[in-house]
Amino acid sequence: MATKTLGNKTIEVDEQGYLKNTADWSEELAKLLAADVGIANMEEGHWKVVKYMRERFLKNGDSPSIRTLGKDSGVTTKELYALFPKGPAKLAAYVAGIPKPRGCI
Amino acid sequence: MRKVLILGAGTGGSIMANRLRKESRRHGLGFDITVVDPEAQHLYQPGLLFLPFGQTTLEKILKPKRRFIHKSIPIIESPVASLDAAAKQVALANGQTLSYDILIIATGAKVAPEETEGLTGEGWYQNRFDFYTLEGSKRLQEALKNFTGGHLVVNIVDMPIKCPVAPLEFAFLADAYFKRRGLRDKVKISYVTPLDAAFTKPVAAGVFKDILTTKNIELVTEFNTGRVEANQIISWDERTVDFDLLVTIPLHNGADFVKASDIGDDLGFVRVEKETLQNETHPEIFALGDATNVPASKAGSVTHFESETVSDNIVRFVKNQELLKDFDGHSNCFIETGGSKATLIDFSYDIEPLPGKFPYAGLGPLKLLKETRMNHWGKLAFRLIYWHILLPARWLPIGRHCTMKGKYKPS
Repeated sequence: MATKTLGNKTIEVDEQGYLKNTADWSEELAKLLAADVGIANMEEGHWKVVKYMRERFLKNGDSPSIRTLGKDSGVTTKELYALFPKGPAKLAAYVAGIPKPRGCI
Repeated sequence: MRKVLILGAGTGGSIMANRLRKESRRHGLGFDITVVDPEAQHLYQPGLLFLPFGQTTLEKILKPKRRFIHKSIPIIESPVASLDAAAKQVALANGQTLSYDILIIATGAKVAPEETEGLTGEGWYQNRFDFYTLEGSKRLQEALKNFTGGHLVVNIVDMPIKCPVAPLEFAFLADAYFKRRGLRDKVKISYVTPLDAAFTKPVAAGVFKDILTTKNIELVTEFNTGRVEANQIISWDERTVDFDLLVTIPLHNGADFVKASDIGDDLGFVRVEKETLQNETHPEIFALGDATNVPASKAGSVTHFESETVSDNIVRFVKNQELLKDFDGHSNCFIETGGSKATLIDFSYDIEPLPGKFPYAGLGPLKLLKETRMNHWGKLAFRLIYWHILLPARWLPIGRHCTMKGKYKPS
């Protein structure tokens, strides 16, 4: 079983290094996950995206793609790249404690 | 009688129709099979890679669909308008409504260049082309003929795409093409990808990166194309790449009727369990090929391996038996590297592409992740295997499951 230690927390992760049990997520953990990928401050825009991703995941069981995020999250694709540089869907899913989005096959 | 409706008469739909006809007779299942497809012609999509370089002809890659589906099975030529999964009914654009007991969705994936800002504006089919459609591939042939120097940029806009190795092959073949014409020193070739490497899986990514370097093709990674202006692609984080000729691999979507139904994901791909290929909300719906959301490559070989699982599971489903969790994500692709050589990869959900021999351990005769002439001849021969063995669902000496036999992990 793979684990990862962030600050004072040890979490169980999947083979991609993403949080294994979505239920283990908390806002406090999100801040630690964000810091781990270079996002020092979780701002309003970050929370908006992360919360949208969690909601979507809990409803549909899959992680939304960048295209869906740009259309439905209330944050434009351009802003998404500013908030989560290089890979918004990938990074936001990591912070949201949901599996890595499919698509990169 | 059980009504079996197959949407799509491409690779997956044709194989399923032929396979289920045989299964029905063998097991006495009384399948009444109908196929629906909007197009009369079956396009051998791997041919679209060769067409721009004048290395294949339309006659070789375009044939009537009717010829590849057993004559006892009716084909209705119409687009699908909508699916009502609760009522088990499909409405066609021609006005017909068809009901089913079992539905198989094999409607593939389509490119959507219009979803990228500026891509299909001024310059479309002038200095920018796709080669994933017959139209784009044909026009690109002309554009390449007239191209005498400058910057050729091969750009993947976003994943997932069909045949994820085809853009690499295009870059390799372009290198060989311009060498042949004595123009290679006048053409700069760049490969611009949203991925963080030349390919998704590490060992193969290393091999492909070396081939790109050898051929003097520039690799630009983590480039997420946001828009296209006159002769520039611009990423969401405002990086730019100038081009004289852009070969774009546009965004891909599934079918509109899938997206509009309760079985589609947000790109219009059919949600199925990745090992049984059955939809979990509507157990009488199965899908295969490019149309599904499973995390495997969108490629003909995958469709072929999936067809065996779907066929077995449909037989089990009608007999009220437990479904096989059987599909392992197996994919197998020849990759043209130019100069009459090719390499070969064989992988699955769990096994990344590795070097070794194929299909027989120790014997080959094909070599994995190595550039050989034998692999190139394998790729060319595959077109005939496709038309005459694969589509009619005849036996092929390649198992549906991916194994580590003959493969090794480099240290």
